[in-house]
Amino acid sequence: MFQAFKLAYRNVGRNKTRSLLSALAVGIGMALLLLMVSVLEGEMTGALQNTIRLQSGHLQIRPASYEEGKISLKWEDLIANPEQVAEQVKTLPQVTVATPRLIASTILTVGNESKSAQILGIDPESAANQPFREGMIAGEFIKADDREGILIGNVLADKLALKVDAKVNLLVTTSDGDVNEQLFTVRGIFTTRTPGYDENTIFMPLAKVQAITTTENHASTIFVMLQNDQDADAVAQALQSNNYQILTWRDQNVFITQFEDYANAFFIILYLIVLGITATVVTNTLVMAVFERTREIGILAAIGMKSRGIMAQFLAEAALLATGGVIGGLIIGGALVAYFTVYGIYIGDYGVTGVLFEDHIYAHLTLQNTINLAIVTYIITLIASLYPARLAARLEPVEALHGSGV
Amino acid sequence: MEVTKVTNATRIFKIGEVETKALRGVNLSIDDGEFTALVGPSGSGKTTLLQLIGLLDKPTTGMVTINGKDATHLNRNQRAELRKNAIGFVFQFFALIPTLTAYENVEMPLLLNGTKPAERKKRVNEMLEAVGLSDRAHHRPDQLSGGQQQRVAVARALATNPKLILADEPTANLDTENGKQVMDIMQRLNKETGVTFVFATHDPRVISYADRVVTLQDGLITKDTKANGKS
Repeated sequence: MFQAFKLAYRNVGRNKTRSLLSALAVGIGMALLLLMVSVLEGEMTGALQNTIRLQSGHLQIRPASYEEGKISLKWEDLIANPEQVAEQVKTLPQVTVATPRLIASTILTVGNESKSAQILGIDPESAANQPFREGMIAGEFIKADDREGILIGNVLADKLALKVDAKVNLLVTTSDGDVNEQLFTVRGIFTTRTPGYDENTIFMPLAKVQAITTTENHASTIFVMLQNDQDADAVAQALQSNNYQILTWRDQNVFITQFEDYANAFFIILYLIVLGITATVVTNTLVMAVFERTREIGILAAIGMKSRGIMAQFLAEAALLATGGVIGGLIIGGALVAYFTVYGIYIGDYGVTGVLFEDHIYAHLTLQNTINLAIVTYIITLIASLYPARLAARLEPVEALHGSGV
Repeated sequence: MEVTKVTNATRIFKIGEVETKALRGVNLSIDDGEFTALVGPSGSGKTTLLQLIGLLDKPTTGMVTINGKDATHLNRNQRAELRKNAIGFVFQFFALIPTLTAYENVEMPLLLNGTKPAERKKRVNEMLEAVGLSDRAHHRPDQLSGGQQQRVAVARALATNPKLILADEPTANLDTENGKQVMDIMQRLNKETGVTFVFATHDPRVISYADRVVTLQDGLITKDTKANGKS
């Protein structure tokens, strides 16, 4: 085996440029795969984490009759005494945050401009609002006792040309079906770097939303964050009640999981195309080597090398090309992935209903994916060398010695 | 004792619809220790006969035995196995592996038959010394003259200690001096070790070394003369 690799090493070195280009093809193929995998992983992981952080939490506790998308403000569709419920939930050791939120629809009017949006009544002091606090780009965060202040997303602010201290009229439907209207002041503008969210969301203290919608001490949901997302099922089990529906992040983000499966299936086709091109280059290189070295193959056969020995010779050359290619791929791909992990790829306002994509996709490469891709690239390169290896092994010695028979 | 025997061997090559009869029923027996020349004009069938004896090719009809064993119907791997242990080759075009040094070229058949490292080293050094190339052991073929390359090929052919060495026009690409050196070495090794040599040639200077001359014409043996003049 050592001898096969020794001879293979020297043969690879005979035409350095060609070998380098072949290994480079393997390397570029692998680098592309690393980038594709890491971008997909980053996109999906990012979208899921973003949706959990901003919208779904790890768990939500809702009234049994609550319907997603309906945004009902009827008392029977809301949780009574939500602070008490949240306090009870917080007693579970896995829970880091539990806070009530009241969701209502609104129409904003500024001058002649109107726009629909969603009001989120929050406890401003809750740690669940940290992403919004960190994303403040103008003004200040709302306070619990503020009765006229709101926070709005930067995309919505841009569309309505709103600045801090600007006045905006909000029209809301109350719990009994009437319409309420009030002039509010923009206290601050936030960004979550998620255009779909920032265009559609207004924050207001929970008490104020309860007041304007006449929902008095009720909330739509208890938003819960856990220490570990894998604890969601266990906590949901512990919170089971006939009065509430307990929705884990998995229940709320089925679409993301399905979207990821679909994207994975699609990407497998892309991986195969990239690997197919790489394999073709390797096959071509080795077939050329067989043509060039037909007489040498004849000599080796004449002095007693068997078919499998000749095959092993070419497989060893492919293994060396694959090794060089995989190392090159790790270097090139690693550099690309590192760049896109830090700077991301700008995608702008790319929205899919139910999924909150940030305006940048950041690459995220796991060790497992790296190892898997290195192994797959290695194996595909070896498979690509089977045809030329068999071609060489099947040469009749007498024809090969005359430089023919291929 | 008989090293190889060819019985009623024919070899017909087909190219498209055209059949070429390279051998038309050859009978030849080579004994242990002989130094035999196969001679004849181009196309007489001497290289084809050498390839049949060397198990590089199969006869269309007839039989070939090596050391008493019928090798006619062996598959390619069985023939390779027999070649590895029983037959050495010296080709007209030197036939060294260009990426390997002289030492490594001689070592290659020993690696193939699994000779242990210490014995391998000893044997390679002995062989290189026997052909007068100990000082060129670590040179690659392109750093050696044609004569030196052919001497390395002789050393490689002898490395596994085979009973039979086949040489196809071993001096055809060498000048007179180098050709003489190679033939002197082959003859000396034949005398010293008793290894059997069969070589195809049409060079009268080479034929003069042989103690048996087998003449072929149009695929048939037309004359078989031993040095003592017996046919």
